[in-house]
Amino acid sequence: MAKSSATKDAQALLHSLRSAYASTPTNLKIIDIYVLFAIFTAVIQVGYMAIVGSFPFNSFLSGVLSCVGTAVLAVCLRIQVNKENKEFKDLPPERAYADFVLCNLVLHLVIMNFLG
Amino acid sequence: MLLFANNFIFISFFVFDCFSTGMAKVLGFVVLLALSALICEAATFKPISDSHRSAALELFTPTHGSFSSLEETYEALRTFEVLGIEKQADIRASTCASVVDTLSSSSSALKDLFQALRVNGILKCELNKKALAGIAPRLKDAVNSASSLLDYYYSVGSLVLIKGLSSIVEVHLESADSVFRAIKAFSQSDGRWRYSSSNPESSTYAAGIALESLAGIISLASSEIDQSLISMVKDNISKLFDGLEKFDDGAYYFDEKLVDAHGHQGPLSASSAVVRGITAFAAVSAEKLNLPGDKILGLARFLLGAGVPGNAKDLYYQIDALASLENNRVSIPLVLSLPASVLSLTRKNQLKVNVNTVLGSAAPSLTVKLKQIFSSGSKDTSVIDQDLKFDHKNAVHYLDALPKDIDVGSYIFSFEVLLHDSDHKTIYATGGRTKVPIYITGAIKVDNAEIAVLDNDIGNAETQKKLDFAGENAISLSANHLQKLRLSFQLTSPLGHSFKPHQAFLKLRHESKVDHIFVVGNSGKQFEIILDFLGLVEKFFYLSGRYDIQLTVGDAVMENSFLQPLGSVELDFPEPPEKAARPPPQAVDPSSRFGPKAEIAHVFRVPEKRPPRDLSYAFLALVLLPFLGFLVGLLRLHVNLKNFPTASGPAMFAILFHLLIAAVLSLYVLFWLQWNLFQTLRALGFLGIFLLFVGHRTVSHLASTSAKLKSA
Repeated sequence: MAKSSATKDAQALLHSLRSAYASTPTNLKIIDIYVLFAIFTAVIQVGYMAIVGSFPFNSFLSGVLSCVGTAVLAVCLRIQVNKENKEFKDLPPERAYADFVLCNLVLHLVIMNFLG
Repeated sequence: MLLFANNFIFISFFVFDCFSTGMAKVLGFVVLLALSALICEAATFKPISDSHRSAALELFTPTHGSFSSLEETYEALRTFEVLGIEKQADIRASTCASVVDTLSSSSSALKDLFQALRVNGILKCELNKKALAGIAPRLKDAVNSASSLLDYYYSVGSLVLIKGLSSIVEVHLESADSVFRAIKAFSQSDGRWRYSSSNPESSTYAAGIALESLAGIISLASSEIDQSLISMVKDNISKLFDGLEKFDDGAYYFDEKLVDAHGHQGPLSASSAVVRGITAFAAVSAEKLNLPGDKILGLARFLLGAGVPGNAKDLYYQIDALASLENNRVSIPLVLSLPASVLSLTRKNQLKVNVNTVLGSAAPSLTVKLKQIFSSGSKDTSVIDQDLKFDHKNAVHYLDALPKDIDVGSYIFSFEVLLHDSDHKTIYATGGRTKVPIYITGAIKVDNAEIAVLDNDIGNAETQKKLDFAGENAISLSANHLQKLRLSFQLTSPLGHSFKPHQAFLKLRHESKVDHIFVVGNSGKQFEIILDFLGLVEKFFYLSGRYDIQLTVGDAVMENSFLQPLGSVELDFPEPPEKAARPPPQAVDPSSRFGPKAEIAHVFRVPEKRPPRDLSYAFLALVLLPFLGFLVGLLRLHVNLKNFPTASGPAMFAILFHLLIAAVLSLYVLFWLQWNLFQTLRALGFLGIFLLFVGHRTVSHLASTSAKLKSA
């Protein structure tokens, strides 16, 4: 009984979470998917390294850091774009996007340099 | 003498080398044998012998039944003729055919005609008299129109050869005087000659050729040559002889300073040419040349001193010149030689002397006198003045017994050759006194040999053992560092004098093959060495243990030289202190030193292990999966591009903005693949300006539209 109630609770919790998330604006959802994409790519690279070893270590690092870095930048973008976030209410989302693009370009310049 | 010193060095080396092999008894004999062989070669000039004959057969080998040229054929045939080798039949047919060809052809060069006639002179081919008669006028024209010495030489030489062949053909020169003058015009003030008037260089070889040509002209002249011309040539010859150079051993030679296109010019060819020239000239001129006999003998010595030349040309020069010395009108050299210059006292060898002409034929009756004996070790000379007896059967002069006071050692014997017939003194050159190095060997007596171990402080012998070098010795001693080892023996020469050998060495060899060699010193007959081990411990590297003792006594004139193991001594040394020198590493085997070196293995960095290719491709596909998921997610969210500017200006900027971002990313790929950082940054700066501008326009346009939307 206890178990089924716990499952029910968990289901209820998930349901409430999903319904709450459904109200999130689409542009934030896009950023979320992008972050997930970057994180999964990083995880696959880590899995690859776990299987074959870390020989071209700099290549591995640049691959993973590229993913993690861009995910972090995307998260920053999400924070700045979020309307609910009062802290950045004066910052237009276009400006945040321009920052995101610039930071990505700089990050990947470094990544390419490090790739070897 | 120098050669002797070399022998010594060679033998010391040999002795050291053989130390370890223990061939003690054999060694003395071998040393002596090696030495006597070398000394024999160092002996004075020997006449032509069988070694020249075998060398001639080896050097002059016809290929396919003939020689490559008539010149070479002549040189071979002449050498064989002088040496008495019957080899003409082998090449006669083919060579005679080529001689006839050359003589009957009207286009043959002068040189070829001359060589053909020379070959014919030896082979006596059957020649057509008419052909000869046809050549003679041509040669006479050549004589009259010749401009160089060699032209004269070939044409005059050919005419002389034709004259010898047939008395019918008219070869006499009417203008002999003028031709003689023309050749003489090439002569120089120092007695040498030029090859042509245009060539300022003078040559000794040319002088020989010129004299031969002049001799030919004298014999061809239809009337007597002007005497003043002949005496001018005689002056010339004596000037030439002033330029004669001398070796220490009494050999004279003509040096050739001119090196030119005629090839093969050296002292041997120059001396040979001059010898041929003067003997030919002396043979035809009426008066005597009055050349000093010792210089002619010196030239003979030089030619003989060349030994057996290594090439055919030199052998020909040597043999041809010696043949012309053998029977000439200037003076015939007589060569004094010794069958053996090593005489053994123990075997009572007789001193034998041969006197021959240069080609080895018998000399006229004469007496050889032993005048003086110089001991090479000291300045002593003993005047003997003793006649040698003559053994008619073997044609050898000998001395019954050596003078009584001649002990072992090396000496220089001085001989004098006295001709019995006083008329012969003008014909033969004996060269006054002849000095010959002679080695007297004998068995050296070794006495009172003993080895002892002494106590250091008192000096009395603790153990003392007699040694006998005639038999085996296997003594066994023991000593510590406070004691001494004494070895002593006496060496007495056959005449009872003290004898000091070249080598008297004591060698101690440790088990670990570390050698120590000591020179055994002497005072008079007594040889003694005392090894004070207290002072030697350091030199012995504090190595205790068994040392093998070996004694070497050797000398070139000691017939019983020996190298003997004497036994061993057990040495007991103290422990080495901290800083004691280590024994040197053993000398490496010379054969291994020059052998192949160990192969060098290069160590390369091992390449890192790479994953299988398929696995990498699988992960590449796997990495694309999240991207697909991202696209699917976008579709699920119904993402659209409705916000993309529709007006043409902003739309263009927006497209340009994306293109520029793509360009920057492609630039990064380029940077990864081939560009360096600076190239990339330059391009990036350039692109960045545009990107900034276009980005600003695009984003501000978006901002303005969203602001309008909001306000609306």
